[in-house]
Amino acid sequence: MILNDKSLKSDERAIFALRSLYDKYGYSQYKMSKFEEYDLYVRNKDFLISPSVITFTDTDGRLMALKPDVTLSIIKNCHDIEGAVQKMYYNENVYRPGGSGTFREIMQVGLECIGDIDGYSVLEVVLLAAKSLESISEEWVLDISHLGVVSEIIGRLELSDGDVRKVLKCVSEKNVHGIGEICGDSDAAKALRTLVSTYGEPKKVIETLRTLSVSECCIKELSEIAEEIASRGLSGNVRIDFSVTDDIKYYNGIVFRGFINGVSQSVLSGGRYDNLLARMGKSFGAIGFAVYLDRLEELSSNEEKYDVDTLILYDEGENAGNVSRAVSRIAETGASVSAMRKIPEKFRYKKLLKLSGSEVTQLENNA
Amino acid sequence: MKTMLNVALPKGRLGEKVYNMFAAAGFSCPELLEESRKLIFENEATGVRYFWVKPSDVAIYVERGAADIGVAGKDILLEYAPDVYELFDLNLGKCRMAVAAPSNFRDNPEKTLKVATKFSRIASDYYRRKGRDIDIIHLNGSIEIAPILGLSDVIVDIVETGTTLRENNLEVFETIVPISARLIANKSSFKFKSQQIERIVEQMRKSAEDMK
Repeated sequence: MILNDKSLKSDERAIFALRSLYDKYGYSQYKMSKFEEYDLYVRNKDFLISPSVITFTDTDGRLMALKPDVTLSIIKNCHDIEGAVQKMYYNENVYRPGGSGTFREIMQVGLECIGDIDGYSVLEVVLLAAKSLESISEEWVLDISHLGVVSEIIGRLELSDGDVRKVLKCVSEKNVHGIGEICGDSDAAKALRTLVSTYGEPKKVIETLRTLSVSECCIKELSEIAEEIASRGLSGNVRIDFSVTDDIKYYNGIVFRGFINGVSQSVLSGGRYDNLLARMGKSFGAIGFAVYLDRLEELSSNEEKYDVDTLILYDEGENAGNVSRAVSRIAETGASVSAMRKIPEKFRYKKLLKLSGSEVTQLENNA
Repeated sequence: MKTMLNVALPKGRLGEKVYNMFAAAGFSCPELLEESRKLIFENEATGVRYFWVKPSDVAIYVERGAADIGVAGKDILLEYAPDVYELFDLNLGKCRMAVAAPSNFRDNPEKTLKVATKFSRIASDYYRRKGRDIDIIHLNGSIEIAPILGLSDVIVDIVETGTTLRENNLEVFETIVPISARLIANKSSFKFKSQQIERIVEQMRKSAEDMK
């Protein structure tokens, strides 16, 4: 089969590219059922992007859900083997409310590395996140943060739980003035403000981090990644930005978000989630990410402005063989073509041809 | 092709003031201040496109990426909680979100409190934190008459000078949160147009310093 790249939509093209990328790095595809027991989500509601889940009662009376998320199902079935990790990726439909609040079926591709996570596993997943973005578009940015750093500095402020939530929200909004309102002008507050206003080239950000006396282990983890990024010439695309935050109930350590020019929201989101595993009674670690393919719809190309490249008009009574041959000739060149006796209303084409007998004349060219 | 910076400005006096700050940062578009019914203005030389939108819609334009940056009141940001960066407090359009009621109002905690407001989310968050049972009555305008007609016990609304309240025999009972205009940016645009956006933030910071 010859695959015509043009007939693939941007999300479909991304699925192919991502699957072959993850296969290459030894990740195996994890296939699963569309349903999961609702109980799994009730216990980890905040981990979901939206708490709304489509539920139904199965024939045996169990309350089931159409999967709003894949990660929880994967973790549930994982076992610990010391010194080893399980590498998996998935390409599944999930069901959750979209922008307008009603449920949508969303195609999601994601990757999980679960088990005895070390520096290499973290680096590999971060680099795969970068390569995933690279395979979708030339203009991409991966923002990396370390929740250890953020919670350490917020910890110094000795705030109430409610205020910690507010401050975390300010951090995610790069809202420096908001942090000032809540935390005042103490040294710790100043450190947090510096942290939020420092972002960009990894090595530069790490230099600033050192001035904030952050624990060495966090700096080391970030520096290792930064060095590898620099040596691969990705410093322009991969940045450190502490406004990437996630719920610390579930996430810890490195977290990241990916952006593509032309898409208004992040298209990739992930990080280290040992805390989620601990909540589920597992003793090992995990890091992974998901790519939100539905958001790539915004990347539509100009080609979609036309219903068809070429429209052939023919008269009533025209020999069917003649029409078919004319259509085939154009289709073989790779352009899309349609033959009709009348132009349908609002039909858009690049070229308009007229067929009479075996003769073809061009009437319009809008290309 | 130069990438244009798309800016959503709130229609009205605030928007004009804000435009002057953008212009000072090098993003001028003089045509904008001329009397006309046009809503979109472009200046290719400075690489900027401005559009006038309803103040309460600015956050939506920015969150969805139709605008890279915009200026929106904190009230709108609290009410709609858009996923955007809030980069700067302009300290313009200052007012407060407050609970107001007729001057003889006594809050009876045994009863469900009827609250009329345009800002349902802000009102319900506020009373949830206080653990107070309320009934929200969502209105789109003339909120002040709700307690007078017995439609509600109190209102939650923006108070600037308090004149409208006084003229309707209402007074402020509690302040929920101070409000002012904020510079917001789309999270994705911020990655790809960071230089232009940073220049604007820098200019705003400078203008704020000068005003002090």
